[in-house]
Amino acid sequence: MKYFSNKYMLIYSLALAAVVAALLSVVAMSLKSRQDANVRNEKMKMLLTTIGVECKTNDVQSVYDQYFKEELSIEKDDDDRPLTIYLYEKEGQHGYVIPTQGNGLWGKIYANIALADDLNTIVGITFSHESETPGLGAEITTEAFRNQFIGKKILDENGEVVSVAVVKHADAADLHQVDAISGGTMTSNGVSEMLINELQRYQHYITETLSDRKEATDEQ
Amino acid sequence: MNSNRKKLIVNPLSKDNPITVQVLGICSCLAVTAQLKPAVVMAISVTVVIALSNLIISLLRNTIPPRIRIIVQLVVVSALVILVNQILMAFVYDVSKQLSVYVGLIITNCIVMGRLEAFAMTNKPFDSLLDGVGNGLGYGIILVILGFVRELFGSGSLWGYPIFEKLGLYNIGYENNGFIIMAPMALILVGIIIWIQRSRNEA
Repeated sequence: MKYFSNKYMLIYSLALAAVVAALLSVVAMSLKSRQDANVRNEKMKMLLTTIGVECKTNDVQSVYDQYFKEELSIEKDDDDRPLTIYLYEKEGQHGYVIPTQGNGLWGKIYANIALADDLNTIVGITFSHESETPGLGAEITTEAFRNQFIGKKILDENGEVVSVAVVKHADAADLHQVDAISGGTMTSNGVSEMLINELQRYQHYITETLSDRKEATDEQ
Repeated sequence: MNSNRKKLIVNPLSKDNPITVQVLGICSCLAVTAQLKPAVVMAISVTVVIALSNLIISLLRNTIPPRIRIIVQLVVVSALVILVNQILMAFVYDVSKQLSVYVGLIITNCIVMGRLEAFAMTNKPFDSLLDGVGNGLGYGIILVILGFVRELFGSGSLWGYPIFEKLGLYNIGYENNGFIIMAPMALILVGIIIWIQRSRNEA
């Protein structure tokens, strides 16, 4: 066997590492803008699905602009993340989409909740996740699970955020409950927790908006 | 192309198939074959990674100190896998999301390291390239068969096109077999392929 000195091995590995690192950095940087555009498109597609618009063309941006008029970002003093609200208009109806994030069983889970103009009734919802189990927890992204949320309410009679809980044997008539996923209890619990925690952050905004609106109508 | 070189490509397709004969790379083959499209993309990605890493390692083979050869191989393989992942993320984002961690896991695919150790370290570059392409295709052909069967009977579609719905099979009482989308069924299908292949090759 050929003899290789320690010095040779050291220089060899360093050189290899340097070449590989340089190559990968160049590729990563040159593809960055394309990848970012993909991520943005994906996000817009998700928001469109949330309000029930299926985007078939590749020109997601123009479809998005057609429906989504404004993106509000409200800084909160006691929170590190700003409140984000997307305002949309579909078939003459105004509404709001609230993005949320929380923890599933294995990783982060996300949801976009589309609310009707009353900031109460859910008109659509989409979920995405990083690493929930396919066939079990990952079922949260299916239409069967998502459709359960449509028509549910997030506020109680006093205007307090009570969210929608994901529970076993949910009562279909209950406006604050949907059925959990069999075999996906941990993910279902994660969804419940994410919805209540995240929606409660919007309590102040919802109360203010609704009372402002009430005042405006009262004055007329 | 002489017969020895031809064998490098042809043998891994059936007689020496990495999945059904050597039983390597089973994990990803169960995970990404629920639909045809990710299976094809995975097959292409793995073929590219095996072929190029075989070529590179073969070119470097006389300069690689034996004591650090595994590390050198790993660095080359990981660099190629990261490249493939970046390209998938830039050009076929939806597929790259479906393949998720399995692209990264090509690094640990036994077929890749196996070919480097068994072939590329001791053979000439062009032969190594052919060997890599052959083994990649051998892996890929099984993936594509599985993806085809599983998507057709599991979801009633091919490449996302709802073929059974268009044929009107649901109207006459046909139902998709949900079990076929789960990983255990892929393993059973691999078993069936091995069975067919053995009985054919031994006859």
